[in-house]
Amino acid sequence: MKKILTCTDGSVYSRSIYDLTAWAAKHTDATVHVLHMLEAHRERAETSDLSGNIGFDSGETLLQELVALEENKNRLLREKGKLILAEAKRHLTAAGIAGVTVEQLHGELVEEVVKQEAKADLVIIGKRGESADFAKLHLGSNLERVVRASIRPVLVAARQFVPIEKFLFAYDGSPSTEKALKFLLEQPLLKEAECHILRAGKVDADAEWFLNEAAAKLKAAGYGVMTHAVAGSVETVIAETVTREHIQMLVMGAYGHSRIRQLIIGSTTTAMVRTCHVPVLMFR
Amino acid sequence: MIFKDFTKEWFSNVPKDLLAGTVVALALIPEAIAFSIIAGVDPQVGLYASFCIAVVAAFVGGRPGMISAATGAMALLMITLVKEHGLQYLLAASLLTGVFQILAGWLRLGEALKFVSRSVMTGFVNALAILIFMAQLPEFHGAGWQMYAMVAGGLIIIYGLPRFTKAVPSPLVCIIVLTVIAVFTGMHLRTVGDMGQLPSTLPMFLIPQVPLTLETLWIILPYSIPLTVVGLLESLMTASIVDDLTDTDSDKNRECVGQGAANIVSSFFGGMAGCAMIGQTVINVKSGGRGRLSTFFAGAFLLVLIVVFGAWVKIIPMAALVAVMIMVSIGTFSWQSLKDIRIHPKTSSLVMIATVVVVVLTHNLAIGVAIGVLMSTISFARKAALLMRVGTSLDESGEVRTYAVEGNLFFVSATRFAKSFDFKEAVSKVIIDVSRAHFWDISSVGALDKIVLRFRRDGTEVQVVGLNEASATLIERVAIHDKAGAADNLPLH
Repeated sequence: MKKILTCTDGSVYSRSIYDLTAWAAKHTDATVHVLHMLEAHRERAETSDLSGNIGFDSGETLLQELVALEENKNRLLREKGKLILAEAKRHLTAAGIAGVTVEQLHGELVEEVVKQEAKADLVIIGKRGESADFAKLHLGSNLERVVRASIRPVLVAARQFVPIEKFLFAYDGSPSTEKALKFLLEQPLLKEAECHILRAGKVDADAEWFLNEAAAKLKAAGYGVMTHAVAGSVETVIAETVTREHIQMLVMGAYGHSRIRQLIIGSTTTAMVRTCHVPVLMFR
Repeated sequence: MIFKDFTKEWFSNVPKDLLAGTVVALALIPEAIAFSIIAGVDPQVGLYASFCIAVVAAFVGGRPGMISAATGAMALLMITLVKEHGLQYLLAASLLTGVFQILAGWLRLGEALKFVSRSVMTGFVNALAILIFMAQLPEFHGAGWQMYAMVAGGLIIIYGLPRFTKAVPSPLVCIIVLTVIAVFTGMHLRTVGDMGQLPSTLPMFLIPQVPLTLETLWIILPYSIPLTVVGLLESLMTASIVDDLTDTDSDKNRECVGQGAANIVSSFFGGMAGCAMIGQTVINVKSGGRGRLSTFFAGAFLLVLIVVFGAWVKIIPMAALVAVMIMVSIGTFSWQSLKDIRIHPKTSSLVMIATVVVVVLTHNLAIGVAIGVLMSTISFARKAALLMRVGTSLDESGEVRTYAVEGNLFFVSATRFAKSFDFKEAVSKVIIDVSRAHFWDISSVGALDKIVLRFRRDGTEVQVVGLNEASATLIERVAIHDKAGAADNLPLH
C-alpha cells in the first residue's frame, strides 16, 4: 500500500481519524495525504428577504449583497480549515508518521475523492461530519456518497480509536466481500490482528462451506482465524458479535443494493455504521 | 450521480424554496394578468401559461431557481397575431415556438449566446423595461385623478413597506390595500374583471383549433421565429444572471429544451408562450429560492391562488397592477448603464443605445437584438483589423527589401494590407515575412496573391516566409501565386 487519503473537517471525529490514519500508515508503510474541503453549498440560500419588490439595478445590488455576505464567512472557514490541517499534520507527525502532506481545496468532497483516489489505496473518513446532527444519529451526508462513489476501500473512523487487536469480517461471498477477502489476503493492514470471520443471515451447509473455504485462505495467509456462523437478522448478528467478542474493527461489503431499495427497506450498511461503535472498513 | 443531483436540485433548500415560491406566485398574478392584457388576450391565458410554464420548467429546465412564466417580452411579439387571427393562432404559434426551442437545444444553440455582447444584453433589458412601462400608459387614458393617486399610493407601499418589514411581499400588500380602498370608496376604477375572462377551473387539455394547412404555417411562422429567439435569449440571459448570483453553473442547452417543452405544454392547456423572467427570478433568489422546488411551488401555488381566489382577483383595480408593473420595469432597467455611457467605449454605448431605439420603434426585441449583434460584430471586426502592421527594412546592398507583416489578415484588413507595399521601389528581391501574421479568409489570401504577382510582373523575385500551418493550408487550397502560370491568371485591375 502506497498512499492513504484522509479526509477531515475538524469535527469531533478528527482525533480518532488521525489516530486511525497513523495506525493504518504504520501497518502498511504508506504515506498520508490529508484533505480538507471547503464546501460552499451554494444550493442552499443564506438569507431570505420576502419583501418581493425589486428596485434600481436589482440584480447588481443583490449580487453585491450576496458576495458581501459570503465573503467574510468563507474567509473565516478557510482560515479555520488551515488550522485544522495544521493540527492534522502535527498530530500525525507526533504519532511518528513522516512526510504527511496536507491540502485545502474548494469544492465537493465526493468529487475530489473520486479524482484523487486513483493515486491512493485507502480512503479514511469520519462517520459524521462537522454539520451532522448527533441527536438524530444521522450519518455524515458525505459518508454514503463517498463510499458509493469510491473505487477504493473506505475506512470509516468511529468516535474513539482503540488499537486494533481483533476484527470482524462479515463475509457472505458477495462480490464486495470477495474484494474485501482479497484485500485481507494481499495487504498487511490487519495481519497483526485476530480475524473473526462471520456468516450471518441464512446459514446452511453451502454457506458454511464457503465460510470455511475463506477461513482456510486467511489462515494460510497468516491470520489467526475464528469462524462464526449465526442465523438471524444480519444487522443484529453483526452488532451482537462485535460487542460479545470485543471487536475493534468491522470489515464488510457496503451498499450492495440500489438506492431505490434502500429508500424502501433501508440499508444494512447504514445501520451497521450507526450501531457499531467501531471503525468500519468498507468495500464496494 | 443523477440521483444525487436530483436530491440536491430539489430538496436541499426546502423551507426557503417554499417561502420564495410563495412570494413569486403572488408576484406572478399581477404580471401574468398584465402581460395577457398587453398581448390582447383574456387574463386566463396568461395565468394558465404561467402555471404550465413554471411547473414544466421546474422539471425539465436547465437552471434550478429560475422562474419562467408568461412574459412581457413575448407578449409584445404577439399583439398583431392576436388582433388579426385570434387566440387559436396564438396557441398554434406558441406550440411551434416550443418545437423550435427544443430543436435549438438539440442543436446546442445555447452556446450561441456568446455572440450576444454585454452591450446588446444591456440594451435588451433596458428596451424590455421601457416597453413594459409604455404598455402601462394606455391605462391612464381617460382616467381621472383617482387613477394617478392610486398608482402613486401603490408605489409608495411597494417601496416604503420593506423599510418597516421584509416579512411580507410589499406588492401583495399594495394590491390588497388598493383593492380594499377601491371597493369601500366605490371609486370608478377599471378592474381586472373588465379586462376579460378569468379562470375558474383547472386548465384543460385542448389542441389549438387551427386548420392544419400550409397557410396556417405561413401565418404563425413570422411570429414563432422571433418568439423562439426572444424567449431563448431572455431565458439564457436570466440563467446567466442566476449563475452569477448563486455562483453555480447551469446547462444552457437543457434550458433551451426546457423552455420549448414548457411552451408546448402551455399551448395545449390554453396558455401563451413564455420564457424566463428577469425580475421574478431576481425576486426568487432574493427571497431565498435556489432549487427547482421554488420554481415548481411558484407555479403550483399560482394555480391554487387563481382557482380559489379567482372571484377576488376580478375586483382588483387596474391601478394596483399598473403600480406593480412600474416596479417591474424599474427593477428590470439597468440604471447603471446610464452612468456607464460616459465611461464605456463609444462603440459599446452606441450598440446599447441602438438596440434600445430599434426595439422601442419596432416593439420587437428580436430585431433589436439582431441589429445590436450585427453592430457589435462590425465594430469588433473593425477593431481587430487595426491589429495589422507591416514593417519594412532594406538590406545593406539595397537590393533585398523585407516586409514584416504582423496581426490579423481578413476581409476588413485586406485592403490596408495590400496598400502597405511599395511597388515603385526597384529591388531585385522582396521577402514577405508573415510569421507573426494570420490569414483568416480568402480575401486576405487574394490580397497576398495580388501583391506577389505584382512584384513578380515587375521582375522582382518574391519569397513568402514564415506562414503558420493554418494559413499555409488555406493558401495551399485557394491561392494562385504559388501555382504554375500564376501571372497569366491575375485578374486585371
